[in-house]
Amino acid sequence: MLLLVVSAVTFAIFFLVPRIGGQTVDQLAVQYVGKDANPESVAAVKKNLGLDQPLLVQYYDFVKAIVVGANYQFGPDPVTCNAPCFGYSFKTHVEVWPEITQRIPVTLSLAVGAAVLWLVSGVTIGVISALKRGSIVDRLSMTVALLGVSLPIFFTGLLGLALFTSQWPIWDTIEFVPFSESPGEWAWNLLLPWASLAFLYSALYARLTRAGMLETMSEDYIRTARAKGLRESKVVTKHGLRAALTPIVTIFGMDFGLMLGGAVLTESVFSFQGMGAYAVQAVRESDLPIVMGVTLTAAFFIVFCNLIVDLVYAAIDPRVRYS
Amino acid sequence: MSDLDKKQSAPESAAVSEPTALVPGTAEETFLSVRDLKIHFDTDDGLVKSVDGVSFDVRRGKTLGIVGESGSGKSVTSLGIMGLHQKAKVSGEVWLDGENLVTADPDHVRRLRGRKMAMIFQDPLSALHPYYTVGAQITEAYRVHHPVGKKEAKARAVEMLDRVGIPEPAKRFSSYPHEFSGGMRQRAMIAMSLVNNPELLIADEPTTALDVTVQAQILDLIRDLQKEFGSAVIMITHDLGVVAEMADDLLVMYGGRCVERGSAEKVFYEPQHPYTWGLLGSMPRIDREETDRLIPVKGSPPSLINVPDGCAFNPRCPYADVPKDNLTRTVRPELREVGSGHFSACHMSQEERTRIWTEEIAPKL
Amino acid sequence: MSETTDVTTPDQTANKPGSSAEPLLRVDNLVKHFPIKKGLLQRQVGAVKAVDGLSFEVRPGETLGVVGESGCGKSTMGRLITRLLEPTGGKVEFEGHDITHLNVGKMRPLRRDVQMIFQDPYSSLNPRHTIGTIVSAPFRLQGVQPEGGVKKTVQELLALVGLNPEHYNRYPHEFSGGQRQRIGIARALALKPKLVVADEPVSALDVSIQAQVVNLLDDLQDELGLTYVIIAHDLSVIRHVSDRIAVMYLGKIVELADRKDLYTKPMHPYTKALLSAVPVPDPARRGAKNDRILLRGDVPSPISPPSGCRFHTRCWKATEICTTKEPPLLQLGTGHQVACHHPENADDQAPQDTVLLTAAVAAAEVAGVEVPADKEPAAAADSSAAAAAPAASEGAKTSKSDEDGAE
Repeated sequence: MLLLVVSAVTFAIFFLVPRIGGQTVDQLAVQYVGKDANPESVAAVKKNLGLDQPLLVQYYDFVKAIVVGANYQFGPDPVTCNAPCFGYSFKTHVEVWPEITQRIPVTLSLAVGAAVLWLVSGVTIGVISALKRGSIVDRLSMTVALLGVSLPIFFTGLLGLALFTSQWPIWDTIEFVPFSESPGEWAWNLLLPWASLAFLYSALYARLTRAGMLETMSEDYIRTARAKGLRESKVVTKHGLRAALTPIVTIFGMDFGLMLGGAVLTESVFSFQGMGAYAVQAVRESDLPIVMGVTLTAAFFIVFCNLIVDLVYAAIDPRVRYS
Repeated sequence: MSDLDKKQSAPESAAVSEPTALVPGTAEETFLSVRDLKIHFDTDDGLVKSVDGVSFDVRRGKTLGIVGESGSGKSVTSLGIMGLHQKAKVSGEVWLDGENLVTADPDHVRRLRGRKMAMIFQDPLSALHPYYTVGAQITEAYRVHHPVGKKEAKARAVEMLDRVGIPEPAKRFSSYPHEFSGGMRQRAMIAMSLVNNPELLIADEPTTALDVTVQAQILDLIRDLQKEFGSAVIMITHDLGVVAEMADDLLVMYGGRCVERGSAEKVFYEPQHPYTWGLLGSMPRIDREETDRLIPVKGSPPSLINVPDGCAFNPRCPYADVPKDNLTRTVRPELREVGSGHFSACHMSQEERTRIWTEEIAPKL
Repeated sequence: MSETTDVTTPDQTANKPGSSAEPLLRVDNLVKHFPIKKGLLQRQVGAVKAVDGLSFEVRPGETLGVVGESGCGKSTMGRLITRLLEPTGGKVEFEGHDITHLNVGKMRPLRRDVQMIFQDPYSSLNPRHTIGTIVSAPFRLQGVQPEGGVKKTVQELLALVGLNPEHYNRYPHEFSGGQRQRIGIARALALKPKLVVADEPVSALDVSIQAQVVNLLDDLQDELGLTYVIIAHDLSVIRHVSDRIAVMYLGKIVELADRKDLYTKPMHPYTKALLSAVPVPDPARRGAKNDRILLRGDVPSPISPPSGCRFHTRCWKATEICTTKEPPLLQLGTGHQVACHHPENADDQAPQDTVLLTAAVAAAEVAGVEVPADKEPAAAADSSAAAAAPAASEGAKTSKSDEDGAE
């Protein structure tokens, strides 16, 4: 299943993305060579990159490069591009895949931390709101949630930056520190990006959780759980929340997968060199190999997360397992 | 909880003491006494008087049947006894084995739930949690009230599954509710309710969702288990056939109130309220020569927000004009004793009722 | 109909007009299998054999009751004969015309003659349409211009089913359950159908409302000469409304007989068990409940029904032959068809076996004697049965123990 979807995406990317730019093969080659383009060098590039081949052959080469790697003959020495090979940037002529792998930790750190934060806070707020439905707590948190959903990340993010780096400088600057270097620094620097991302998402999740909880708490099996004499706290967590969480797991899988593909706005607000920023730059410069590489990586993450969701779903809801 | 409708409770109290007369001299047998129970809900549309002053007794080892149509308040009454009503205003008294549950600490009532009093619900598919195995749910019910390990609880659960007639109980322990058939699910539900040997069992339409042959099995099971454990049972249903088969005493509810109460024999053979007549006349009977027509009750049940003044049944009652001075439409009839342990809330005199029943109603049934 | 209480044996079908004529509906070996598909390629891995070979006739002016437990295929049958579903096999004939595989266009004229009433009065009415629109929908769909205009006709229909014609412009949510079912009935009757198929018409309604709707159906039949097929799980309701009754089990008819025959001397063990399982609204019968036949287990899955007689897994009379050979539906008495290798109440053993049911009733009457006789006219009417009761309940006990032995 995973393979099927990824291949479909590869196919779509390969045949659609170059067309969107509306560039001909020659233009691509010119772009690759850069300023000093002359007919000979363009022709050489076309040959080297295989752009003179029929489209299907190109696709075959493209997929083959991803799976087993490829060899190119740019100058006198052959260059080996290891699998998964997405080729070289048209602009910098740097191999794409290592660039992506460099940026994955940034995006991953951002996504994981924010996700933990928004899940915990969103679900907690949602549950409390649902249980205290109509109370001040409920109305207040739902208003804040509405605010969170409506405010774009570049607003909250920039506001956070303005407040905590200049107004009350808790941080001097915010820059990404790899986890392997210093976990403390890593977390400390990511705190503000996490918070601003989580603010948006936890608002969304609070509303979702609240709706789900309101529905499950009126189910017959909740009444049964109470009739057994269970404590209300146990009724809520063991019987109510577990059922209310199923739809949230689905949406979480989607959101998390998407975020691994790059939290574009957050990355640019905090000047992080993540996947999103990389992709934006590539699109702006019509740097096809990077666009394709990033898109495919993002697609892989989304599909992968959805697979995990399906597995988790089956673990939560036994009815899924048997049907 | 709340002492609502103080002005109403004064005249009510006269009628309140009556139910004890049901079991003269055997008061110690009475396990549950409900007195003037009112359960009202505040909604956006107004105050819903789901239960509006109901009193009755249930004896150990005996079954009380509560009959009524949808919206009569029969299910809410049972939830009120169990303390499972959510956001309701409750007044009156619920004496369970000498304790008034209405004024008791909610956490104390919680500890009684599932142990001293247990409940079986109508639709076992929605009443059992879809994500947990049947065994886990029964075990949970046991461990809430017994500080035992998982193993011991499991043994008890398997024993109960076996007792309610589930084949291969040890294997079925780890099945999920959706893997059971409707009848098996209700058996599992019963096993769960009875795992702590409750002294009061409330069955709310326990067989309505089941086929008739399965219904027969389940009713049989409940009866056997009642005999075995000596529990008091409240059987709530709209099916007169089911109560006739199960109940010793009967309570007929209409519009949140009790309109007639008495032994099953009295209520079936000498019903003293026009609504009871209506129920009996509406029902096609499998045990009699087929009559040509049913005798339905005209109109539909009242809205509980806007219960008619006077007798709640008056807009549908063919005899509403029998009592003089428009009494039925202005004054709420009290529950009065019309025979030994037999009560009816009707403005007509007993002579009139007896005459109408024997001359007009009974011959057509 | 007259108001007589003592309707002993009116041969209802004979009284109805045109009973000797051709059947209105003839169903021959009707089959409906719902395929079960699995996997990516939606390969068929089996089928739910919802209806598996039904043959019966519906005569003009009669009411055929169809009864059975959930999963017996009775609702599917209803949708097949109204052609809301396409049969997998077999034949459906309406007034002599084969309608088994008519397409939607060819079915349209037939829709006037065959109408359906559904169980749920809440979901079968469009909440955004007024009652007038709902009831007049059949006219629009059929392109019929009723005499005197649509509005007048609809108001007449509303009056006919006991609704206030002034409520023409109201919406479904303003009506109670019983009233909504009346609206459904008015809609079904708009085009003056010949055959009305009602699927659980009263099971969603309260007892007191149920009776109103049952009486209404009764009156309409007399007034308009309708033919009914009424599908229900409630044996008391079916007994009240039907002239003939078909009992279904796992997609098959196991017994088909006149009402009185079926209820007094059921021949199929399943029918007998079904009847004995119905709780009787008479507290005195509690003493007689030991005569109840308690079936073991549940109805098997219609995906893989048992071999031979489908009831053999739960039948106390089952023998070797029942597991291997499927019993055909045979005529074993006047108008009494049964599919069983070991029928109850067959002519040679009738006296002993009938005891079981009648004894229960009789025993009930005896216990009811505590009540003054003048207050229990039914008991008085049946005093001969009451006198015979002690002996009868003895008989019941023995026949019950016989069954135990057979288990």
